[in-house]
Amino acid sequence: MLSSRVHQFSRICCVGARCVAAASRAGYATTESDAFRLKEFSEKYLHGRKVSFTENLEFICPEKVPVLPIYRVTDTNGEIMDSSQDPHLDKETSLKIYHTMSLLNAMDKILYDSQRQGRIAFYMTNFGEEGCHLGSAAALKNDDLIYGQYREVGVLMWRGYGLEQIVSQCYGNADDLVKGKQMPMHYGSPESHFVTISSPLATQIPQAVGSAYAFKRANNGKIVMCYLGDGSASEGDAHAAFNNAATLRCPVIFFVRNNGYAISTPTNEQYGGDGVAGKGAGYGLYTIRVDGNDVLACYNAVKAARELAVQNKPCLIEAMTYRVGHHSTSDDSTAYRSSEEVKAWDVHENPIKRFQTYLKKNGWWDEEAESNRLKEEKKHILKVFLNGEKTKFLHPAELFEDVYDVWFFLIKTKPSCCS
Amino acid sequence: MNLCQTLNNAMDIAMEKDPTACVLGEDVAFGGVFRCTVGLRDKYGADRVFNTPLCEQGIAGFGIGLAVAGATAIAEIQFGDYIFPAFDQFVNEAAKYRYRSGNMFNCGKVTFRTACGAVGHGGLYHSQSPEGYFAHASGLRIVYPRGPIMAKGLLLSCVRDDNPCLFLEPKVLYRLGSEEVPVADYTIPLSKAEVVREGKDLTMVAWGTQVHVLLEAAEMAKEKLGVECEVIDLRTILPWDIDTVATSVCKTGKLIVSHEAPQTQGFGGEISSTIQEQCFLNLEAPITRICGWDTPFPHVYEPFYIPSKWRVFDAIKKLSHY
Repeated sequence: MLSSRVHQFSRICCVGARCVAAASRAGYATTESDAFRLKEFSEKYLHGRKVSFTENLEFICPEKVPVLPIYRVTDTNGEIMDSSQDPHLDKETSLKIYHTMSLLNAMDKILYDSQRQGRIAFYMTNFGEEGCHLGSAAALKNDDLIYGQYREVGVLMWRGYGLEQIVSQCYGNADDLVKGKQMPMHYGSPESHFVTISSPLATQIPQAVGSAYAFKRANNGKIVMCYLGDGSASEGDAHAAFNNAATLRCPVIFFVRNNGYAISTPTNEQYGGDGVAGKGAGYGLYTIRVDGNDVLACYNAVKAARELAVQNKPCLIEAMTYRVGHHSTSDDSTAYRSSEEVKAWDVHENPIKRFQTYLKKNGWWDEEAESNRLKEEKKHILKVFLNGEKTKFLHPAELFEDVYDVWFFLIKTKPSCCS
Repeated sequence: MNLCQTLNNAMDIAMEKDPTACVLGEDVAFGGVFRCTVGLRDKYGADRVFNTPLCEQGIAGFGIGLAVAGATAIAEIQFGDYIFPAFDQFVNEAAKYRYRSGNMFNCGKVTFRTACGAVGHGGLYHSQSPEGYFAHASGLRIVYPRGPIMAKGLLLSCVRDDNPCLFLEPKVLYRLGSEEVPVADYTIPLSKAEVVREGKDLTMVAWGTQVHVLLEAAEMAKEKLGVECEVIDLRTILPWDIDTVATSVCKTGKLIVSHEAPQTQGFGGEISSTIQEQCFLNLEAPITRICGWDTPFPHVYEPFYIPSKWRVFDAIKKLSHY
């Protein structure tokens, strides 16, 4: 790369000399014209970025562009690799992160099984991505607005969205905050500043940008966090959002969970370039790729991104992780990937275990306490689950509510003339 | 004021009274390709009146997001013909936001304006009336004014209504004639039709430019046939005012529905079917639809495509001695 640049510069120098000679012969100054055009292109077309001409016919070969590195703080054994990168989370925060990941994992197992037994209609687990959720959530302010895709419930749990609410939503019972209108996993909560999930992929991304713009105008110091998957990043709405965020300078962070698959589609059928992060700079976004199974890396990246976003510098974070579970309860992932591959990730690159070893090193983890906690946790989840199962549904007339701000039923009365 | 000036005036009032209100879209900053947003940027600042990248789905999503965060958004889609890239955001998102969140979140403060309808030479992609596509999406308000006075009151109602609104502007009327429009702030109720001409023999329903075509046809019918037509401007397509139309049809016993959009699956079909259910005993003739043909909107054949006053007059003639 470097050598080709040197080559380019040397070409520009000789051509410059030739141009001057040609200009004097023709009686007008090509150099002036060049300077004029370069200034125009730079200032008006390229956001002030310096641009030059080249007489070197050379395409950018995508395979030769350096691949963005994956930022990490700890290794697989939870060992901090560069002490300057240690965020020095206190014990309380670290344990809250760990306990929430562990609760999420235990809950996923129970709700997944309950779907297999036909007790809830649908479920999507978060296996393998718990680190992305908690590392990122912990780095935000609790009133930053969040738009999610559907595999981010750990973020809600961090903000106090309880098991009861999760179970009620999955059952669609009378306590469900979305009133039984949506499929399981479509959570939302104004108290948690988490916009209700919807199924159409990527639609939340340009919306997140709009909300961020409103925050910028309100000057309220808040930012918007928008989660999406590697598959969603292919939707037109992702393009729209990245572009809008950069041109309108919105306080927003795009957090991409790149877990290797969109249902059965592997990422090498999803994009041809350097992942999702490889697109960031092209849009004018501050971009980083992080190890999504490293809680501390996610934490540091989001914290730093938040600092940028609040200055209206939109950021893109691509968290590299792996979807350990099936896509959903309607999917059998062994149809398109090997169980060995899944096992390798689950056993060797598990974000919860990795964080656990970090806790151990700090002397904050105790095997016996952990085992008791897990037992209690499981009991509690089952209790909440059975309660949720027993809770009744709302009245069927609820189906007509909230279509508009006021109740509209088109045919109110028959006109008196029609008997 | 002509229609453009009226819309500008309505946005001016909306922005003056609501400091969260923003106007956004392609080319709105310099005043808009139809000059509807002229002067607003100078008056309210570049952060409130701004261009977006050229991407309709982005504009729609952005507008929804502004509204979700509590700001008022007036977003422009340059032509109704280019609204389809945003179809998903309108139908799956805006329309369903309140419902699917159990009323925890909504995007009621967003209004989308777009230039619609025939303009003489617009061809396929500068002439369409897309209201029928969106009328299937419960949760949206769809409004289609017929002239400056209506447009101002209806646009201000849309901006302040707590539902996502789609405001369709008949662009052929942008500069065609003007009305004495009150300069004060006023609103006109949504989901209310207006009887613009009273008559006892036959009811005709339309919206936008087509209301004027019906009024001309009604005048011809009176002169040449002695038939008194009642003309209704529906004004709001969704949710529409069934009562006003049904009451009129109960009186007259006959109905013509007319719109520029193609007939098949056009909103005329919905009106016709509902009125047939509501007014079965009062109907003295089949409900007749005079619409655009079931073709794309053609360039040089526009005069033959549009549901002209002659086609409407012909229908009145047939119905009057059915």
